[in-house]
Amino acid sequence: MKRELIKYAVFSACVLSAPFVFSGSYLMNVLVFVGIHTMLAVALNLLLGYAGQISLGHAAFFGLGAYGSGILTATYSWNPWLAMVVVALTVGCLAYAIGFPILKLKGHYLAMATLGLGIIIFIVFNEWVEVTSGPSGFSGIPNLQLGALVFDNDFKNYYLVWTFALGCVLLSVNLANSRIGRAFRAIHDAETAARVMGVNARLLKVQVFSLSALICAIAGSLYAHVMTFIAPPSFGFNISVELLTMVVIGGLGSIYGSFLGALLLTLLPEFLRFMHDYDIVFYGGLLMLMTIFMPGGLVRGIPDLFRKLSGVKKGISHA
Amino acid sequence: MLELKGITQIFGGVTALKDVSFCINQGEITGVIGPNGAGKTTLFNIVTGIYSQTSGQVLFEGKDISRMPAEQLAKRGMVRTFQNIELFGKMTVLENVMVGLHSRSKSGLFACSFKTPWAVKEERRIRDEAHEWLRFVGIDELAEVEAGNLPFGRGRMLEIARAMACKPRMILMDEPAAGLNSQETLGLAELIKKIRDMGITVVLVEHDMELVMDICDRIVVLNLGQKLAEGTPREIQDNPEVIAAYLGDDE
Repeated sequence: MKRELIKYAVFSACVLSAPFVFSGSYLMNVLVFVGIHTMLAVALNLLLGYAGQISLGHAAFFGLGAYGSGILTATYSWNPWLAMVVVALTVGCLAYAIGFPILKLKGHYLAMATLGLGIIIFIVFNEWVEVTSGPSGFSGIPNLQLGALVFDNDFKNYYLVWTFALGCVLLSVNLANSRIGRAFRAIHDAETAARVMGVNARLLKVQVFSLSALICAIAGSLYAHVMTFIAPPSFGFNISVELLTMVVIGGLGSIYGSFLGALLLTLLPEFLRFMHDYDIVFYGGLLMLMTIFMPGGLVRGIPDLFRKLSGVKKGISHA
Repeated sequence: MLELKGITQIFGGVTALKDVSFCINQGEITGVIGPNGAGKTTLFNIVTGIYSQTSGQVLFEGKDISRMPAEQLAKRGMVRTFQNIELFGKMTVLENVMVGLHSRSKSGLFACSFKTPWAVKEERRIRDEAHEWLRFVGIDELAEVEAGNLPFGRGRMLEIARAMACKPRMILMDEPAAGLNSQETLGLAELIKKIRDMGITVVLVEHDMELVMDICDRIVVLNLGQKLAEGTPREIQDNPEVIAAYLGDDE
């Protein structure tokens, strides 16, 4: 318990002091996205890494959050904070309703169903032109505002987004270490045995699906207000896959791993810019190497690597 | 305490169980035995809500639990262990038992995320009680080991500890001695008697005849999906039909 608290304190201290170490508006901008991606990856990890239920359509919930907030504030001039809460709750309820039929499915079938869900919602963003402005994108979304403070530059947005992301990490860590988190993992490991122990697997799966969608929706709202412009490609199938990659690379069933995955997959494309179109080759190669040599993800793979390296050194000194 | 009335189970065209009826008395150890394919495990899966039978009724403490899902039975005081131990392999031994306390704790998603004082207190109670059950089966020193790494015999003990953590009134064990060496089987027999002496009704499906004859108060024999006999161990041992079913006829 205490160890978790220290881990979290160190993590938030690093996050909160980062803007004073790394300067430059461009990097700040990237780090804002790391924050949003962390929320999304943590949300998906609760579902996939803990409860063991796959989703290939999570970008849809992210998109629903973004479009919901965008439309309510820009078209209907709602208060952005109110819109964020209403949208998050609506998306949560929607996921709850969809969850009951969809989470009866297992494995590949669940993957297909969530994939379909993601595609349907993506098509709605693209085709419902009167409301979403379609493929040309939706603009004119206001920045968030707190009293006289308007979140209109990267520095302010960094603290805005990371306040949410840190909150999300804290609540998720708490949840993961509780009886509910244990029940999720029990369902993941042996569903029948979990049910025999009195774990209501069906209900818990729907609850975590709904919670996960709700977090994605909040991340979507933040994204809309930070960018002020949104377009369908940001919420398509490849984004769902990218989220999945973040979770797997970071480490399934580790909240901080999701942060590492989000960090790596957000920064990497920026560093690979010089490779132009060949960056995708590097990216794919890295994924393959990671899954072969670090199947536990970064969060378990890096300490293992250090252990191995120090073991090798010891071996040499013995010889 | 548990009453089975005319249980029939048909899988495709195969009749696994045919009109099986018997009662299990409170506070006793009842053994369900029979040759391979007699339908013992199927019967267990029906009683514990994993399968739902083609016809017939299961009454637990007078209530019909026939179509009740497995997770509700735990709350009503019935719990089971599995033939090929089903542990939560990637969780620690302690966490496995803590899951056993799930049905006796309440904190929801919200309380757990925000760590309300009530949830923190409950979490502490769950942890303490889980340690107690590990001591009960004698594996508390393994509390922090990942359950998937346990040797088979210890895994079996853990499964029993986890089941006991539900505070059941009835525990069903599917071949608890399978895969155990003779030393471990002796320990298991002692443990099962200890559980009965706590007032918990025990039902065993078992192949180890020595164990069954040694600890069971009553025995039900199944053969080819039908009840062949029931009675005390002595009566069963002397029953010619049972002997025939196990050793084959002399014809």
